[in-house]
Amino acid sequence: MSGKIIAGLIIFVALVTFPFIYNVGKANTVPESNLDTPVIKQMAVKQCIEPRQFMRAEHMQLLNNWRDSVVRSGNRIYTASDGKQYSMSLQNTCMNCHSNKKEFCDKCHNYMAVNPYCFDCHLQPKENKS
Amino acid sequence: MSINRRQFLKIAGISSILGLGSAAATTGLLKGRLEAVQDIPSPEGLTAKRWGMVVDMSKFKTPADYQRVINACHSIHNVPTFDNNKDEVKWIWTDDFEHTFPGHENGFKGEEMNEKKFIVMCNHCAMPACVRVCPTKATFKRKDGIVMMDMHRCIGCRFCMAACPFGARSFNWRDPRPFIKETNPNYPTRTKGVVEKCTFCTERLEKGQLPACAEESAGGLVFGDIGDPNSEARKLIAKHFTIRRKPELGTEPSVYYIIGGGENA
Repeated sequence: MSGKIIAGLIIFVALVTFPFIYNVGKANTVPESNLDTPVIKQMAVKQCIEPRQFMRAEHMQLLNNWRDSVVRSGNRIYTASDGKQYSMSLQNTCMNCHSNKKEFCDKCHNYMAVNPYCFDCHLQPKENKS
Repeated sequence: MSINRRQFLKIAGISSILGLGSAAATTGLLKGRLEAVQDIPSPEGLTAKRWGMVVDMSKFKTPADYQRVINACHSIHNVPTFDNNKDEVKWIWTDDFEHTFPGHENGFKGEEMNEKKFIVMCNHCAMPACVRVCPTKATFKRKDGIVMMDMHRCIGCRFCMAACPFGARSFNWRDPRPFIKETNPNYPTRTKGVVEKCTFCTERLEKGQLPACAEESAGGLVFGDIGDPNSEARKLIAKHFTIRRKPELGTEPSVYYIIGGGENA
């Protein structure tokens, strides 16, 4: 009787811990966003509108603010922290440089299991490999 | 340890003074730290007190005149074309006299007027019924009079469609993308489940351009600031007899029609 219980327990523990055991030792690499696009290649200083760390952490908030600013207030021009001005447009400003949505956006979003619906309406650039 | 009334009042008094003092000190310190104004309107953009449109129907003669204007709008805004009328999405379209101006029916108006189609679009009312009913403020009135849609907020309840007396709003029953003939890469599409309509080309006004329909209309659609008595649109309204769609409903449409109809108009 107790033999059955122990066997059952072993099977149960094996099943529950299988995903952990299976992935042991596999490098859990954080994806690196690919910046290899024609427009970025031609830039002398490879700099987004704000510093890299800020963009990494805050791009979603920034995009939300842009959205509200453009749609609801009709303000189109964003002044970055370095004083440069940009037109606030996901489709025409962001994706102009980052024309590789699959490599730039999706890689990280998939890794983080987030599913933003920006591109249900906004058009993603036609991806051309170069 | 117990305190008497006098001690309690002393402690309370001192701590409230300290509290007030520190609050004053922090607000005083933060005074100089105004948040920078980062978002400004585009400098070349057109502004107005109240945008409006004058439709001069005498300039619309051949079917091509209508089609040119409609195509100008629908092509740049990625408006889909569906085979089934039930799914139709339209920003600017045509209708006959009776349906454009109900209440002005007239059996003797002659063949030309009986068959003439009228250009219709969102009236960008001064008192928009659609804005009043929207539960999420997805549709709202801008300071310049444009009734704008925020697609990000639209939940597809279609209250606005029920409220609009002009049928100016279309619901996306299906994913519009496969039905867009030629996609304009600079303008978004819509998604299934949102309501859309004419926006008086806010994206073009911000670049200093006139709405696409007005630009293509060869004078048939005159866009201007009807809040400014010296604007071209206002002068046209003053010079000609104009009518608006369903003014009796009190929504104050901003689209005026010069009906035309030969020499006597």
